[in-house]
Amino acid sequence: MAGPGALGFPDPGPARFDGVDDVRRRLAAGGYLADEAIASVVHLADRLAKPVLVEGPAGTGKTELAKSVARVTGSRLVRLQCYEGLDESKALYEWNYRKQLLRIQAQQVLDAGAAPDGTAPGAAPGGTAPGAAPGGTASGTPAAGASARGGAGALTWRDVEEDIFSEDFLLERPLLQAIRSTDPVVLLIDEVDRVELETEALLLEILSEYQVSIPELGTVRAQRVPLVFLTSNNTRELSEALKRRCLYLHLDYPDLDRERAIVASRVPGIGEELADQVARIVRSLRSLELKKPPSVSETLDWARTLVLLGIEQVDAATATSTLNVLLKYRTDLERAAKELETAGTDRG
Amino acid sequence: MLELLTGFVEELRAAGLPVSLTESIDAAAAVHHVPVEDRQALKYALAATLVKSADHWKAFETAFEVYFARRGGGDAMGDEPGAPGGGATAGEVQPDGASPGDGGGGGTVSGEDLAEQLYRALLAGDDARMVALARMAVGRFAGMEPGRPVGGTYYLYRTLRQLDVDGMLGRLVQAAREGAPGAALSPLEERLVRDEMRQRLARLRAAVEDEIRRRLVADRGAQALARSLRAPLPDEIEFMHATRDELRALQRAIRPLSRKLAVRLARRRRRGRTGPLDFRSTLRHSLSTGGVPAELRFRPPHPAKPELVVIADISGSVASFARFTLHLVHALSDQFSKVRSFVFIDGIDEVTGIFDRADDVAEAVHRVNTEADVVWVDGHSDYGHALGVFWERWGDAITHRTSVLVLGDARNNYHAPQAWVLQEIGQRARHLYWLNPEPRSYWGSGDSIVDVYGAHCDDVVEVRNLRQLEQFVGQLA
Repeated sequence: MAGPGALGFPDPGPARFDGVDDVRRRLAAGGYLADEAIASVVHLADRLAKPVLVEGPAGTGKTELAKSVARVTGSRLVRLQCYEGLDESKALYEWNYRKQLLRIQAQQVLDAGAAPDGTAPGAAPGGTAPGAAPGGTASGTPAAGASARGGAGALTWRDVEEDIFSEDFLLERPLLQAIRSTDPVVLLIDEVDRVELETEALLLEILSEYQVSIPELGTVRAQRVPLVFLTSNNTRELSEALKRRCLYLHLDYPDLDRERAIVASRVPGIGEELADQVARIVRSLRSLELKKPPSVSETLDWARTLVLLGIEQVDAATATSTLNVLLKYRTDLERAAKELETAGTDRG
Repeated sequence: MLELLTGFVEELRAAGLPVSLTESIDAAAAVHHVPVEDRQALKYALAATLVKSADHWKAFETAFEVYFARRGGGDAMGDEPGAPGGGATAGEVQPDGASPGDGGGGGTVSGEDLAEQLYRALLAGDDARMVALARMAVGRFAGMEPGRPVGGTYYLYRTLRQLDVDGMLGRLVQAAREGAPGAALSPLEERLVRDEMRQRLARLRAAVEDEIRRRLVADRGAQALARSLRAPLPDEIEFMHATRDELRALQRAIRPLSRKLAVRLARRRRRGRTGPLDFRSTLRHSLSTGGVPAELRFRPPHPAKPELVVIADISGSVASFARFTLHLVHALSDQFSKVRSFVFIDGIDEVTGIFDRADDVAEAVHRVNTEADVVWVDGHSDYGHALGVFWERWGDAITHRTSVLVLGDARNNYHAPQAWVLQEIGQRARHLYWLNPEPRSYWGSGDSIVDVYGAHCDDVVEVRNLRQLEQFVGQLA
C-alpha cells in the first residue's frame, strides 16, 4: 500500500487520533457528540493533512466542532473570523508601517546629530541629490542614501531597508500565526462565505501547501501541519478551487437520538424524560415548513429555559408559551403554536 | 477496489457532479485510511472527498448504494467489482412465493403473517427485525423477474401495497394510543407518537428500497442500474416536466437560492463601483501617517436600483415556471426599487398587493393561483388579449427606468398576437426580456409565436431550470 506521502500530499505528521472510534470517544469526552460522518471526516483530515470545509445551517455546531477538536487534542485554537472586506493585511500579515516610518525618522535624527555641519547625511562626494537636506522627506532620503555606499559611520539605505523589513516590523495575523506556531494548532477560518470570491484566493496557498510567501522574507513553512476547519453558512457558492482543496462535511440537524443525547449532556439538571420530549417536539417542528427551523443551539436554550422554569413535562400550553426561545419569526411562531395544538394527520 | 472506484467516479460525473482528478486521487487516498469492511465509513470517506455540495448528496447516495450495494446474504460489502454491463447473474432473484434464506424471521410464513410480524416489529421499534422482515417481504411480494426492464419503483410500489403500508400508520398510532399508560394521549403527545411512527415507516421504506436495489444490482449489474436510477440535480430539473417530488425539491432549493442571490447582488451593488474621492476623510486619515495621504478614502457608491414589471403566464403548462420566477423575483424585491407583478391566462390581473401583504412568498404564490382574476373567456392562454388589456390599464406603469419581464411559452392558441403592444413597451421601457421555459428547439413550432414577440424584445432567454433562472436574475439586478 502506497503511503499518502508518495501521492504528493503534505506529510501529516504523527496521528492525533487512533481511528474513527477514537475520534468519537475523545470528542464525546470533551463534550461534543459526533456522529459517524463527523468522526470519519475529522479522522481523515488528520491522516490526509487536508482542511475540512464544514457547511450547514446556522447553529448546528460547526464552530463548536473546531473548538472541541482543539480542546481534546490539546492544541491552540487560532481563529480567523471572516467578514466582507477582509484582506491580506488582516488575514496573513502586515508590515507595521507606522513603526517603519518612525524607524526611518529616528535614523534621520541620528544622522543629523552625527553630521552637524549641515551637509546631507552620508552623501557621497559629488552626490547627485540636490534636494537632500537633513529635513528631507522620507522619500528623499533613500535617493540620497542609495549612492552612499560605505559612508563612514552612518547606515546605508540598504541596511535600513533590510532592517525595516525584518521580523521586528512584521505584524502576524491569524493565518501566519497558525503556520509559524511551534506548538500544535487548530486553525478555524469562520464563515468563509462572507469574504469576496477574489479574497478566497488568499487562502489557497495556505490550505494546500501549508505555507505563506512573504516577498521580503521568503516562504514560511508550517513546522507541523495544523488541523484546519473552514465553516460556511452557505450564503454563496464557494469557488471550485477552494472546495477542491478541502474535505467536505455537511452538518445538518441531528437525528432524534443524537439530539436527545446532546440535550442530556449539555443541559445540567435535565431529566431523561424531558430531554426526550424536547428532542421529539423539536423534530416535529422541523418537519413543518418554517422559515427558520430551530437549530441545535436554540434547542439547548429551550431545554435550559424549561429546566429553569421547573417544568418536568411539556404540554401544548407550556410549549406554546416558551416557543419564542426556539423560533424567531412571527409567522413561524403562529404556525407552530397552531400545529402543536392539533394531533397532526396521517398524511404527510 | 481501484477499478470499482473509477467506475464510481465516472458514474458521479455522468450524474452531473463535478468530480475533478485531484478529488478522485484524494478519494483513493482516503480509502486507505478506513477499514474496508466498514461500509458506512467507506461511504463517509468517499462523500468527504468527492461531494462538495449538499445538493449533490442525494445523487451521490444513489450511486453509492448501487455501486457498493450489499451483495450476497451478509451485510459486509463484497470484494468483487461490479459485474460490468447488464450482467446475467440472476441467481439472487427468487421466483414468487419462495422466501430467501437470509431473512431473520426464518421459516415459511404466509403473506398476512409476514405483514403482521412486520407490524409488530415496527410497533416495538425493533429495527434489526424490521430490516430482516422487509427483505423477506421483497422476496415474497415484489415479484421480481430476472432481466425484466422495470424500474425499482415498480417493485417498491408492489411490495408496499401488499404490506398495506398506507394503512399501517393509522394502526400503529391507534395501538400506541391504546397502549398509553394512564389517561388518553393529549393532542401533542399523539402528534409526537405519529411523528415517531412515520419515521419508522420511512425506515421500513428505505429497507425495502435497499433490498430491491441489491437484487437489481445482482440482476443487471451496477453500471446499467445506476444509469436507470440517475435523477437530475435540483438545479437542473426542468420546470415544464417536473414531477410532484421534483417540484418539492425545487421548492426547497429556491429559498437558499434567493438568499444567495440577494447577498451576491447586495454585495455587488456596494462594491461594484467606488464612489468619488472623499477629500475630508482622506485628510483626516493622513494625520496618522504624518500628513502623508497614504490611504485614499472614497464615498460609498449609490447606484440606482432598477424598477421591475413582471408579466407572467400562469396557465397550466407553464404555471410552475411562473411560480418559481415570481417567487424568486419577490424574494429579491429589496434589490429593486419597485416590483410590480401581473399574471394572466386570457384575462390579466395585478398581484403585487398579494405579495406585499403576505409575509411568506410561498404562501403568496399559492394565493395568486386562487385569487387572481385571470380567466376572460375560456381559460386558454391568449397573449394578445392579455397584453392589450395590460397596455390599456397599466401601460403608464412603464417608464424609462423600468425593466419588463414577460414569462411564458408564447403558445397563443392561434389567437391574434397583438405584437404592437410589445413594440410600444419595448420602446418605452429600459429593457424588455422574454423568458421562455421551453427548449430553444421548440420555439416557433406549432402555435408558438415567440419569434413574433421576440422581434420587439431586447432578448429572449431560454430558462428551463433553476440554474438558468439564477443566471438570468443575477445579470438583471
